[in-house]
Amino acid sequence: MKLNIIDARGRSCPEPVLMTKKAVEGNPQGIQVIVDNTTARDNITRFGKNSGFNVEVASKEEDFVLTLKK
Amino acid sequence: MKEKRGIILTGAVVGIISIMLVKFGNPVNMGYCIACFLRDIAGGLGLHRAGVVQYIRPEIIGLVLGAFIMSFASKEYKARGGSSPFLRFVLGFIVMIGALMFLGCPLRMILRMAGGDLNALIGLVGFAAGIGIGILFLNRGFSLKRTYNQSSFEGFVFPAVMVGLLVLLLAKPAFILFSQEGPGSKFAPWALALAAGLIVGAMAQKTRLCMVGGIRDLILFKDTYLISGFVSIFVFALIGNLLVTKTFNLGMADQPIAHMDALWNFLGMALAGWGCVLLGGCPLRQLILAGEGNIDSVITVLGMIAGAAFAHNFSLASSAKGPTPNGQVAVIIGFIILLAISFFSSEKAAVKMKGDVKLEA
Repeated sequence: MKLNIIDARGRSCPEPVLMTKKAVEGNPQGIQVIVDNTTARDNITRFGKNSGFNVEVASKEEDFVLTLKK
Repeated sequence: MKEKRGIILTGAVVGIISIMLVKFGNPVNMGYCIACFLRDIAGGLGLHRAGVVQYIRPEIIGLVLGAFIMSFASKEYKARGGSSPFLRFVLGFIVMIGALMFLGCPLRMILRMAGGDLNALIGLVGFAAGIGIGILFLNRGFSLKRTYNQSSFEGFVFPAVMVGLLVLLLAKPAFILFSQEGPGSKFAPWALALAAGLIVGAMAQKTRLCMVGGIRDLILFKDTYLISGFVSIFVFALIGNLLVTKTFNLGMADQPIAHMDALWNFLGMALAGWGCVLLGGCPLRQLILAGEGNIDSVITVLGMIAGAAFAHNFSLASSAKGPTPNGQVAVIIGFIILLAISFFSSEKAAVKMKGDVKLEA
């Protein structure tokens, strides 16, 4: 299964969460988001869980890759 | 509920320490006030000459250093910057003009409400309205653009400046000004105030406590995480005001360091709320971010200090007697500038997607 990827690196909150919110509206099956700070990681994780997604977080060098899936 | 434990505890600590700081000398309903304290620091450094609000507040120094130490220990410290620095300076400046119209930052607004000051309730309505306007622009794609990594050293400079301020406070050279009367002359012992800053700075760094974020996330995402900290501060400060300092006084008249002009309390906080949403955090949050290496927040804090200096040099700040005509003009100009910044910094297509990329499971 292929998921669309959102690159939210460099963005400060709430932008990464807003980008994720807009993206899942068009991709209800799920989305991947790349962020580069822990605040964005935690906020998107919370948003994903509140919206009924399973959220997986993987570290990739300095970044975090979050996978939101139904 | 479990994930909110930390932020509720942080709110409780902020509420309780606020009461303690008042008990040990800070002005009433001003255990913490980021706007007031930055204004006092501007005065202490002689950037303005309002004799009643000059003091280098150790709480501010502690907040930044507490956040710095905590972020370093938890490996979250990261120097970054370059996200519309001058716009952030201007926004910080305007937030300060709004806060000094109302007489307090969003954190002091909560502490004022917890002291029974109903003028602050009107401030809260204005604050929420301002946040609502800001959210309209966020949804329209408002962005201050991305940050970039900076050298670690750059992030050390602001905490180092804070250490320098502490040295000035303790050494008391002749060029540092200290209020002989008024709010600036009321302060808790420096070591206590510094510790109060360090503890809250560390906890707020960990939990991302933010006054504007609470209302924003509630409206935008129906997320109650940050607002729990907000409510917790209120509850614990209220209990403290009732039982410890016994300064609880319900009403609008005779409130400490406050005025009763409802319209301008509303507009002042609306301006601050709108500006803070665009900045992505309240003045407290900006200090915390500045401590963890965010140079954009350092610039925002400098904007706030410049705004405070201007506010007192040009009679923009309110007093217990009420707002000044200059201040009213400044707030209106502030709204016009915020509208321009909100309008011209919107990206039509904020979300760029790359399709058909393999999922790395």
